[in-house]
Amino acid sequence: MIVNQFLVVAAALFSLGVYGLLVRRNAVMVLLAVELMLNAVNLNLIAFESVLRTPEALGQIFAIFVITVAAAEVGIGLAIILLIFRNRRSANVDDFNLMKL
Amino acid sequence: MTFDVWLSDPVNWVYLAIGAAVLLCGVRVVTSQNVVHAALFLVGALAGSAALMLLLSAEFVAWTVVLVYIGAVIVLFLFGIMITRAPVVRDVGLDNKKARPVAAVVALATFAVLTYTSLLAFGNTEVARVGDPTPTETLAEGLLGRFVLPFEVVGFILLAALIGGITLARRDLSPAEEEERGAV
Amino acid sequence: MNPLVLAAEEGAEHAVELAAGGAATQWAGLMLVSPFVAFLLIIWLGKNMKYKGGEFAVAAMGLNLVIATILFFQNAQGGILNDTHIFEIGRIGLFEGRDLVFELGWMVDGLSIMMYWVVAFVGLLVFIYALGYMHGDVRVTMFFASFSLFAGAMLILVGAPNLIQLIIGWEGVGLASYLLIGHYWEDLDNVRSGNKAFLTNKVADVGLILGAIFLGMGIGDFRFTHINEAAAAGEAGLQTVAVAGALLMFLGAMGKSAQFPLHIWLPDAMAGPTPVSALMHAATMVTAGVYLMARLFPVYQYMAGEAEILGGIITVRGLMVGIGAITLLAMGLLALVANDLKKVLAYSTVSQLGYMMTAVAAGGYTAGLFHLFTHAFFKALLFLGAGSVIHAVHSNNMTDMGGLRKDMPHTFRTFIIGSLALAGIIPLAGFWSKDEILATLDYEGYTFVFWVAVAGAFVTAFYMTRAIALTFFGTYKGHGHPHESPTIMTGPLWVLAVPSVIAGFLNVPGLEFGSFHNFTTWLAARVVPLGDHHPEAPDWGLAAIGLGAAVLGIALGWLVFGRDADTQEARDRLEIPVLYPLLRAKYFMDHIAWAIVGFTMGPAARAMNWVNTYILDGIVNGVGAITMALGRFVYGGVDQRGIDGFFNGVAMASDAAGSAMRKLQTGRVQQYAAGFMVGALVLVAAVAIFR
Repeated sequence: MIVNQFLVVAAALFSLGVYGLLVRRNAVMVLLAVELMLNAVNLNLIAFESVLRTPEALGQIFAIFVITVAAAEVGIGLAIILLIFRNRRSANVDDFNLMKL
Repeated sequence: MTFDVWLSDPVNWVYLAIGAAVLLCGVRVVTSQNVVHAALFLVGALAGSAALMLLLSAEFVAWTVVLVYIGAVIVLFLFGIMITRAPVVRDVGLDNKKARPVAAVVALATFAVLTYTSLLAFGNTEVARVGDPTPTETLAEGLLGRFVLPFEVVGFILLAALIGGITLARRDLSPAEEEERGAV
Repeated sequence: MNPLVLAAEEGAEHAVELAAGGAATQWAGLMLVSPFVAFLLIIWLGKNMKYKGGEFAVAAMGLNLVIATILFFQNAQGGILNDTHIFEIGRIGLFEGRDLVFELGWMVDGLSIMMYWVVAFVGLLVFIYALGYMHGDVRVTMFFASFSLFAGAMLILVGAPNLIQLIIGWEGVGLASYLLIGHYWEDLDNVRSGNKAFLTNKVADVGLILGAIFLGMGIGDFRFTHINEAAAAGEAGLQTVAVAGALLMFLGAMGKSAQFPLHIWLPDAMAGPTPVSALMHAATMVTAGVYLMARLFPVYQYMAGEAEILGGIITVRGLMVGIGAITLLAMGLLALVANDLKKVLAYSTVSQLGYMMTAVAAGGYTAGLFHLFTHAFFKALLFLGAGSVIHAVHSNNMTDMGGLRKDMPHTFRTFIIGSLALAGIIPLAGFWSKDEILATLDYEGYTFVFWVAVAGAFVTAFYMTRAIALTFFGTYKGHGHPHESPTIMTGPLWVLAVPSVIAGFLNVPGLEFGSFHNFTTWLAARVVPLGDHHPEAPDWGLAAIGLGAAVLGIALGWLVFGRDADTQEARDRLEIPVLYPLLRAKYFMDHIAWAIVGFTMGPAARAMNWVNTYILDGIVNGVGAITMALGRFVYGGVDQRGIDGFFNGVAMASDAAGSAMRKLQTGRVQQYAAGFMVGALVLVAAVAIFR
């Protein structure tokens, strides 16, 4: 098997994540797209590791770290969305133009 | 560089099938007009990538993805969808229609750049030792040996996220409710 | 063994062995730390304990006493210790090979062991006493915390292997002293006393710090051993700074050891609780100056001693002896007229410190330190006795006392013992140590100072007799009915009475306790030979002069005050006609100090104001006028036409660009994300293509 086969799939997944990130209005859907991107990154890391074959399996260890941080990110992200939803009665990202003065 | 080596081996057909399924699910995640469907397609995409990881002899990470993502994170998402009262039926307003062309261009550009660079970098490099899974022992020794400090830090981050999540999502009671609760 | 470590010159008959020091010297460092641990524990837990945290202070001091005693016996019996534990904590590169090294650590040699032991022994007893004395008082926890802080700082001071650590400890005891003098801060006078002590000491501390810099820079090192070696070897680097450094150091010592004319703070320091007076302002802290002189003895002996100052009118040593002599007599006279019992003892302390300083300055290293040693016991005893009396009658004034010998038998007896020891009656401790100072002065040829010291002995006996007569004899003049203090207070009195009686035998000339040697031998291990005088046998002629003066003082004192103590104040005026007003006004020293401050502050401030108004302001105004003229030209010609045009153009361009770009700031996260992605892609593509 060729490592590029996996890298291309990961790149495609990442691009789909980017598309979702830019196009979705619902904040939960945006988070979903982010998860897709993170997963693509994990796939990339595993693929690199399968080529490099470090003695400590560094790529896989890194992937585990990414998974953990992603889990934390989902938890916090959903909590924030929940808070905004409570205050504004909406979970749509284009209603959140708080960053504009 | 030729692409015939991509299909020369029977194991590649397995790859092709899984890869196609993953991409199909990925597309449905970002295009589905039903939020619950999108979340469920994400399950498919994640399961497919876990299968790809198995092909890449990363068994432990693959099963971790299954456990953490499919087992836990998706449930969280479903909770999130329910709590924010997103319509669980087809919702035409889910996408920002005006953003579609821009998003498609950016996504295609991303795909092009990433593919170009990885083809440039790796060419026809074979995956080493197919079917020779990394022992979990190696990962365990790495995590609790050389990387024990990052491991602890990540654990701390999880704890902080847990507490932060609770603090953020917890609803402050109104004075009346407070009194009511105190009376009980 | 360090080849420079020599025994005393007469070492032949003392047959001193030098020991490297065992485990106990390692543990000695614990002494420097334990009071600080106690300090933290008191602050943390003290409030809720039975004695409000005093337990921790006592425990720490008990531990210190155990360690100090082990060291003491090792030093006396197992050979003289000379051990230094030093840890480097920092280093500043000055010149090649001459780094300025900052070190902390502790010294274990005869001198420091003696000081450790005195601090631990007297400190422990005073702490125990304070448990009773301070019971039910205000801010007891704070009191014990400060007291522990003081003990720790004092031990750091005496254990210091270099001048830097000494200064740390020195300032530490100053701080603790300030805190404790002002313990009863509800009364503004006490606060003023604390400020006075602190500021007077600060004047002296300037001398100490400058002196330390002079000496340290002279040889590029702050270690006492190195400074002393350099002094003994006559090193050129030290030669140039020795006199200035030594004199500045002496100024520092004058402040802490309350030498004339910087003594003014000590009598006022009696505003603090009596245990504080006993430990800090009598037994230990005020001896720090004498200790410093002894620690740097070789500098004074070999380098600065005979150097002439003030245009050759006087030598450094002559100046130091002179100041000591003035202190010992003049301050003793002040004790004659003080009405406050603690102030009598305070002036007595200053006077005795004058003895020590005179002895050390005249070259009597051992004599001065021996007096420090014995004085610590009987002066602490006297102060604690005075505290016991004050505790009973609720007044400091002797006019409120009288006839207490029947009501307070323990206090009375121990006070008598302490007074006799202080007056120098054979065979109590003070006799032997004062005799040794007299012998040193005689041997070194300071005949006039010798007679001053004899007169001082007479005065000492006189004022102590007066104090006892007014306090314990006659009829009671205060309010209520006084009672003897509890055992927790009288116990330490009796314990202190023991060394007050017997400590003198430790250094009777010619007397040795077998393998135990004697005080002279304990202090004998030095980096360099010192050359102070040790007679073979007591000079009974000198002893008789000193003893005669003391007996005469007691007799006269009893004659004047003993028969009828009640009317003393009226008679004071009559019987000491000229001296009385002068003494009551304390030689107008406080007035002089205020006058100095007032006279220098006022004119100095006016002078500065004049300089400020006419010179500095003139310069500033002139510069301002020139600048304004220049400014007008630049404004009219260059600015309005050339520069403003340019800047207005830039501003308009910015404004237009801002208006255009502000449309990009939509507040939509996804647009930002798109921009971010595109930017990242451009970068990656650029790297991939143009690598």
